[in-house]
Amino acid sequence: MAANIPTNAQAQGGIGVSVPTTEHDDHLHHEEHHEQSFLSKYIFSQDHKTIGKQFLITGIFWAILGGTLSSLFRLQLGWPEATLEWLTPVLGKWIEAGKLNPEFYLALVTMHGTIMVFFVLTAGLSGTFSNFLIPLQVGARDMASGFMNMLSYWFFFVASVIMFSSLFLETGPAAAGWTIYPPLSALPQAIPGSGTGMTLWLVSMALFIVSQLLGGVNYITTVINLRTRGMSMSKLPLTIWSFFLTAILGLLAFPVLFSAALLLIFDRSFGTSFFLSDIYIAGQALPNTGGSPILFQHLFWFLGHPEVYIVIMPAMGMVSEIMATNARKPIFGYRAMIGSLLGISLLSFVVWAHHMFVTGMNPFLGSVFMFLTLIIAVPSAVKTFNWLATLWRGNIRFTSAMLFSIGFVSLFISGGLTGIVLGNAALDIQMHNTYFVVAHFHLVMGSSAFFGLFAGVYHWFPKMFGRMMDEKLGYIHFWLTFLGVYLVFMPMHYVGIAGFPRRYYAWTNFDSFSQFADLNKFISVAAILAFFAQFVFIFNFFYSIFRGRRATENPWNSTTLEWTTPIVPQHGNWPGEIPAVYRWPYDYSKPGAEQDFIPQNVPYSKTQSSNLPYEREMAD
Amino acid sequence: MVALGILLVLVLLLVVFGLLFRLQILTSIFSGSFVRQIGTSNRINAILFIVFMVVGGGAFAWSFIDNYGKMNPAIASVHGHAMDNMFWTTMTILGIAFVITQVLLFGYAFKYQHKEGRRAFFFSHNNKIEIIWTLIPAVVMAALVFAGWKEWTKITGPAPKDSVVLEVMGKQFNWLVRYPGRDQKLGVINYRLIDASNDFGFDLNDKSALDDFTVNEIHVPKGHPVLVKIRSRDVLHDVYMPNFRVQMYAVPGMPTKFWFTPTLTTEEMRAKLGNPKFNYELACNQICGRGHFAMKMIVVVDDPEDYVAWFAQQKSFAEQNPDVLASFKQKSQKLVGNVESATPVAAAVAHVPTPIAL
Repeated sequence: MAANIPTNAQAQGGIGVSVPTTEHDDHLHHEEHHEQSFLSKYIFSQDHKTIGKQFLITGIFWAILGGTLSSLFRLQLGWPEATLEWLTPVLGKWIEAGKLNPEFYLALVTMHGTIMVFFVLTAGLSGTFSNFLIPLQVGARDMASGFMNMLSYWFFFVASVIMFSSLFLETGPAAAGWTIYPPLSALPQAIPGSGTGMTLWLVSMALFIVSQLLGGVNYITTVINLRTRGMSMSKLPLTIWSFFLTAILGLLAFPVLFSAALLLIFDRSFGTSFFLSDIYIAGQALPNTGGSPILFQHLFWFLGHPEVYIVIMPAMGMVSEIMATNARKPIFGYRAMIGSLLGISLLSFVVWAHHMFVTGMNPFLGSVFMFLTLIIAVPSAVKTFNWLATLWRGNIRFTSAMLFSIGFVSLFISGGLTGIVLGNAALDIQMHNTYFVVAHFHLVMGSSAFFGLFAGVYHWFPKMFGRMMDEKLGYIHFWLTFLGVYLVFMPMHYVGIAGFPRRYYAWTNFDSFSQFADLNKFISVAAILAFFAQFVFIFNFFYSIFRGRRATENPWNSTTLEWTTPIVPQHGNWPGEIPAVYRWPYDYSKPGAEQDFIPQNVPYSKTQSSNLPYEREMAD
Repeated sequence: MVALGILLVLVLLLVVFGLLFRLQILTSIFSGSFVRQIGTSNRINAILFIVFMVVGGGAFAWSFIDNYGKMNPAIASVHGHAMDNMFWTTMTILGIAFVITQVLLFGYAFKYQHKEGRRAFFFSHNNKIEIIWTLIPAVVMAALVFAGWKEWTKITGPAPKDSVVLEVMGKQFNWLVRYPGRDQKLGVINYRLIDASNDFGFDLNDKSALDDFTVNEIHVPKGHPVLVKIRSRDVLHDVYMPNFRVQMYAVPGMPTKFWFTPTLTTEEMRAKLGNPKFNYELACNQICGRGHFAMKMIVVVDDPEDYVAWFAQQKSFAEQNPDVLASFKQKSQKLVGNVESATPVAAAVAHVPTPIAL
């Protein structure tokens, strides 16, 4: 095996950075000589593929937990009068006289948000696929730094352990909402969850951010420096573009959250007043003056808004790739797709205050942010049109991955459009913090990112485990989930338009919010059923790892480099030389070509019959 | 024991499911359909997309129409009508975009499903069409931004000078409300002065605080601009009055405000909705702790005459809490060492200008 791995200095020569790769190869030689121990192969692995799988499986664990939490609070919202006594074996003292403790309800909501946004859709989605796909698709033996990459996972793991353990605290986990606005999150007197629970939340998130930064630096470096010969930036698959820009967003945005968390830690533990002022609580006037809770919101959303794009962009990239592959058609407007990703990335940093229109922020700022926010709809619209045009006159195979990709576009449209309402400051006065917002972001970033994740898993599963996932179970999973998501979130818009506030333990105290008891029950039923449908996926996933149909090297007849590796690539990815790249990744159904796809590593000289006029020169 | 039983049932169900699944795979291997990449399932999925679009779209349209009457909170403010118009205009535009794109998505998925022997159309880009579909959303967005910006500046602009003023203070977990009294000036308050008998933290050394009065129910006059000043004394809260289309955070240490003009009295709204129990409600809309979901206050919109009469009946905080007033007097006497203290309450209440220009 080791003898088969040549130095890839010449393979990487095209981009002029060969120093790290040579060194890296020596290291590879060294490692291939002796059998890897279980510990270094599966646990403290530096192989990007294993790390990707570690992220994925940890993400699945978190997704089950996050979904369970949502089922619990949907029970409360659907049947506010019912007794939940039967949950006592699980929830213990949080069930008081048959009722869910309202503070624990808030903790459930908080942890659901934190888990889903950060641990599943950031770490589980981009952690999995950036790790797994970047080296494979750019043609590198591994990430720029395998060690840092390993650290990235283990920091995430420690963050996970801490966050998980906070669920079992006497005072409960953090309960101030996933946005942890102070003063609520700063004062244990205000809510018990802001005691140790919040401390653990902050520590866990700090470690999580370290993990993200270690990962992000690696992704960026790998994409810039370790592309194989011929792989120019304009030949990168859209997946890589989206992972690359996602990593840049994370690198620029997460430190700001880190600073916000740090300042909050200071306010909580060391008596500073960054976010606290003029507070009388629990019979006591606090000494803090001069701080601003709004400052925290600015810092939080400076991360928080790019964060939603950190969540959605990898899904966009994978969906583009999967759609082109399964429609057997080039992605429409490759450059426009990259352009719109760039546009979204840039704009995502200047729209954060649209979460804060009614916080008392200067109305002039509101106008500016409304303007910038609605601009971001344009690149999003362009992407949607391009996906539609990709389907147009295609020859579509409905693999499970393709179904989830189409579902992604559908959900992205449904959820994205209502963003235009919420981005309008004047309309946000009424809609802010209502279930309209909840419906909006669950469709556009929650569900659609999940659909991207599922699409990715179904599509790249053969490369991950050398086996195929079961297609029929995939179909069942898709249709149940697709239906479930729409049944949950479409009616939720009505509830939102009626002004139902989010994070309410029950609406029964208000006459204004009493007309939709039935609808809330309906939503709860749909949500819980959709959650249970996910176990079809879980079963399929773990079953197929061990007993799935054996995969071939390139089961989807795809063009990108990862499918030129052996069925289960070993550490180093290609046994021989890394293939060079000659063409863009979307030569599907090219007129004149023998097959309906031409892999990126096939030179133009071998495809004379299908070369376009400008490509003929390159063939010589 | 029950838990064990449930667990057992779940495990058995899983086993049954696993066996059935295995059986299905074995039969499909046997029939040869296991390795086929594109079979009848491709066609079924394509059809399901159309079914989903038609049935789902129909169900959505039906449920939307069915619930439409329930989902619009009755409007009772001037800007509320403009906002509502803009909301439904925007929703109509979005609805059109929604239908077009979803129909194309599902339609294409069905129409261009795999057919043996057909090749997809190699179509990588088309600058003209891409420019067109970049410009269209850009223009629509520009129009929406402009309309929204105009409305936003109007709503958030300065309140008219003759507005009725009141102040709402959020606390865990209820609202405190005060009115400026006859002098039309809200007195000084200080969070350090808050205690059990002085919830608002009135500084009664300030003359204009002497006639401020607190209430348990907000009253505002119909047809007259109302300026709501907003504070919080502990964590973030959010003043949300859906019927008036009013929402603004209550931020500790940073007073905020929102003004609006009510258009229908509570009585008129009751008659209009045919609901004799209807009340305007003020809700908290920013997570604030255990009682977040129960922070309610009733808002009553009166005819202006009734409002004036109601206003005249209110007794100032100082008058109702002579102990607090006395303690302030003592303190200030100690400090200044002078008997010349705050004006007696009676004097402040003596001259009675109408609280609003009728």
